Amino acid sequence: MIRQIVIIGNGISGITAARHIRKNSDDKITVISSETEHFFSRTALMYIYMGHMKYEHTKPYEDWFWKKNRIDLVFDHVESVDINNRKILTGSSAAIEYDVLIIATGSKPNKFGWPGQDLNGVHGMYSRNDLDMLERNSPRINNAVVVGGGLIGIELVEMLLSRNIGVTFLVREKSFWSKILPAEESEMINRIIRSHHVNLKLKTELKEILGDEEGYIKSVIDSAGEEFTCQFVGLTVGVSPNISFLLNSGIETDRGVLVDEYLETNVKDVYAIGDCAQHRTPPDGRKPVEQVWYTGRIMGETVAQTITRNRLPYKPGIWFNSAKFFDTEYQTYGWVFPTLKDNEDTWYRENIKKNQALRLVFLKENQQLTGVNALGIRLRHDVLDKWITEGYTADYMLEHLSEALFDPEFFLKPDLSTL
Amino acid sequence: MSTRANNTTIAGWIIFLSAFFLFNITLFIGKYEITATSLRSSGLNDEQLEILTTELGTIPVQNLSKYEIVRRVSPALTVMNDKLKQDGRTNLVIYNMPEMVFQIAKGGLTGFYAKNRALFFILVFLPGILGALMIYMPKLKHEKPGIKNNGIYFNPLTARKWLGYSLSAYLVLFYVFLYFLPVHITEMIAITDPVSESILGSPAGKWFMYGLLYTIFILVMGIRFIIRYRHNRYQILRTISVIFFQTVIAFSIPQILTILQKPYMDFKNIWPLDYSFFFSYRINEYLSAGTLGYFMLFWGIALIIIAVPLFTWLYGKRWYCSWVCGCGGLAETAGDPFRQLSDKSLKAWKFERIAIYSVLVFASVMTLLTIVSMFLPDNNIFGAPVNVLHGIYGFLVGSVLAGVIGTGFYPVMGNRVWCRFFCPLAGYLGIIQRFKSRFRITTNGGQCISCGNCSTYCEMGIDVRSYAQNGQNIVRASCVGCGICAAVCPRGVLKLENGPVKGRIKENPVLTGNLNNIS
Ligand SMILES: Cc1cc2nc3c(=O)[nH]c(=O)nc-3n(C[C@H](O)[C@H](O)[C@H](O)COP(=O)(O)OP(=O)(O)OC[C@H]3O[C@@H](n4cnc5c(N)ncnc54)[C@H](O)[C@@H]3O)c2cc1C
Ligand code: SF4
Ligand code: SF4
Repeated sequence: MIRQIVIIGNGISGITAARHIRKNSDDKITVISSETEHFFSRTALMYIYMGHMKYEHTKPYEDWFWKKNRIDLVFDHVESVDINNRKILTGSSAAIEYDVLIIATGSKPNKFGWPGQDLNGVHGMYSRNDLDMLERNSPRINNAVVVGGGLIGIELVEMLLSRNIGVTFLVREKSFWSKILPAEESEMINRIIRSHHVNLKLKTELKEILGDEEGYIKSVIDSAGEEFTCQFVGLTVGVSPNISFLLNSGIETDRGVLVDEYLETNVKDVYAIGDCAQHRTPPDGRKPVEQVWYTGRIMGETVAQTITRNRLPYKPGIWFNSAKFFDTEYQTYGWVFPTLKDNEDTWYRENIKKNQALRLVFLKENQQLTGVNALGIRLRHDVLDKWITEGYTADYMLEHLSEALFDPEFFLKPDLSTL
Repeated sequence: MSTRANNTTIAGWIIFLSAFFLFNITLFIGKYEITATSLRSSGLNDEQLEILTTELGTIPVQNLSKYEIVRRVSPALTVMNDKLKQDGRTNLVIYNMPEMVFQIAKGGLTGFYAKNRALFFILVFLPGILGALMIYMPKLKHEKPGIKNNGIYFNPLTARKWLGYSLSAYLVLFYVFLYFLPVHITEMIAITDPVSESILGSPAGKWFMYGLLYTIFILVMGIRFIIRYRHNRYQILRTISVIFFQTVIAFSIPQILTILQKPYMDFKNIWPLDYSFFFSYRINEYLSAGTLGYFMLFWGIALIIIAVPLFTWLYGKRWYCSWVCGCGGLAETAGDPFRQLSDKSLKAWKFERIAIYSVLVFASVMTLLTIVSMFLPDNNIFGAPVNVLHGIYGFLVGSVLAGVIGTGFYPVMGNRVWCRFFCPLAGYLGIIQRFKSRFRITTNGGQCISCGNCSTYCEMGIDVRSYAQNGQNIVRASCVGCGICAAVCPRGVLKLENGPVKGRIKENPVLTGNLNNIS
């Protein structure tokens, strides 16, 4: 029997699911999304603004790909889901029926009800639309304030600097991204940020955004009472699942759409994956809501198996993530917490001149490696994955570091003694 | 970080553009004459000159423009050829008329410009080079090392907009003149006379001028490239390498050979890129040049049958295409601003495969017939067809595809148009790289975020991302191993590597990070 599989959201998670379902079955697949007609890489938004690429380049598949693989694309907004009649209602076209529904609607930027947050020139940096707004506003921006010291925040700072816009960066924590990074790494990033002439303000919060008569933003006041004149405010204080259209649908939600280990919601044949999913019982050590590219992809891969009758639980392996802070690449494998757990110890070296750092976290009792942070050094994912999974020791890693290095040929090996 | 232009950079642009402007202006200030001496300097012999002089009417004529020279000389040469044919003196017929018109014009270049060639040379090349360096030098101080592709798609030159198209039109015109109607750039060629005279003792031919210009471009833009990628030792080393091979092996050694009256040889040029290597005139040249000649012949053949397979097996085709080759050298240095313009579509890949292997087959068949006919008696049945093939290949591949399109289209189709679609040697290297090589680009587990930087900046139009996001290694015949994809990747996903052949191609790779091992 050929089923109609409907996927809401054409981001990495929804599209990965669609592709893998197609690999395994002949079901009808329809992807509905309202941001862009085709799948593009959200992670590349900054490069469009900076002129490295055009929007076209951020599309991982050519436009003919969808037809060839019989994945129907509908460019529309889903208003609600009717679980009893198994159909969804969209903004313009008629209702679309489904046998299986996958919710992959991603996130939306947080706004915390600040005075002035809806003024012209205040927005987040999540969608294509956000980018277009910023682009339209850019000619009149001389100074900007970016609120929130996370990965999207620092990208937004870099974007604005590329257009010679002066940036004030308001970070609530005592140091950049210190909810995630240990103090030393975080301090290194602070230095990098400041070396780019960013006005980095730590331990401060946005209090109020002031506008002019025409509804444009004029300045920002922070919790210390300081006022910053600006024509743009970037709100990058985290994102939350984009699920308001599910209100009263009968699909259980909390922060996100609640799913079991098979990524299924409380309603049979309705699944949720990616940024918008919230795991009822997250896998070991993982957070209930994971808002990164890789986990969205893995959930997409997994749910496609289950839907095509190869029932598999969501089983992500060793945690990993990466980012780039200006010119410094960051990779992390396993768990490195901002402060050590009682049973953990750490080895850390840095080379301040080269912005390189390496941290190993391991168990006190047996030296077993549990996490690694690298700045300015590229490491091999599969090697680190293996070493951490199989419980290699920290000493082993240091002795065999060259096996784990992924830097380009002829690069000088990071010298542990000068690190 | 800032993209705001620095004062030195602005001054550099002004100085460079002035020099460029002057270089082009020279084309309109030359004065010409036709005299007995100027005609003789073209290399025509008495019999030819006798007819030609009668046809030209009264000489000497002074104060002519280039166009008047063409108007007078071309018809006269045609008549001369007709007469020679009528008389049965076919061996004296001039087949390359445009070249002869150019020679006659150049011999008759007089006046202010001709007398001050050295001055003009200095006025064009010194500020040209200095200005270009001034444009990029400030980045050393004002820009932190790292990938700086800011604004590339806002710049009308590098985003395939009006300025890019204009430059392309200019380059195409330049190449058309260079290959087919050199008389129109006589002054540009003459400007390098002082250099040619001081090195070789004779005025510059068009290839001397082109070689000099080419070398200067690789040098100056090579310095720019090194500044741009100074955080990346792979990029620095290979750029030093291409600069060395161009300045020493391709430019200087052949000049020395000429001075020593030895056969011309660019020791790094390999058949079938060097398509005339087996042409009888070259073989004869080598065979009649003693030990050195034999060595050259041996060297050329050893490159084809030993160096190419061996080094490509060890390191991939990059050892040649982005470390040694002159075409690659120009593409990587002068062409660097345009690498993002290569077409990444599947269509382009299909066209590429048809085009490049067609040229390779063409070159191989032509060479085979050439060699066969060499062993047969004179006037054998292959003789005439082989000559025709040489003519077609030289025109179509050697001139139009390699020069006019190959380089002229940099600002429209990217910097590797020739290398990607037409170079027969790249075809040969590519087959080895694809099937028998230790080289691959390794993908780092599941770290790819599908951003597209790698594909965008791959000059060969390889959709690197399509492999990286699937955790697949990149093993493609066309990859020249420039390493730029690995350099621009913001997540450190790609690494050029030589390694064991086993596991080099991962057909259905598993992305690290998913314990369910779904491929
Ligand atoms: C600027 C930026 C940089 C990032 N960089 C990184 C990074 O480097 N590494 C990393 O791991 N992660 C990064 N992330 C996070 C990562 O992009 C997300 O985790 C990932 O894109 C989530 O994918 P998704 O498929 O779950 O949702 P999304 O990509 O958000 O896709 C959901 C789609 O569904 C559409 N949609 C939502 N509701 C409806 C509706 N009712 N009807 C129709 N369509 C709807 C949305 O418009 C959207 O297009 C970044 C995010 C941003 C914003
Ligand atoms: S795949 Fe990478 S190394 Fe190969 S040609 Fe393209 S950019 Fe260069
Ligand atoms: S540049 Fe790197 S992260 Fe981006 S698509 Fe290519 S391999 Fe993936």
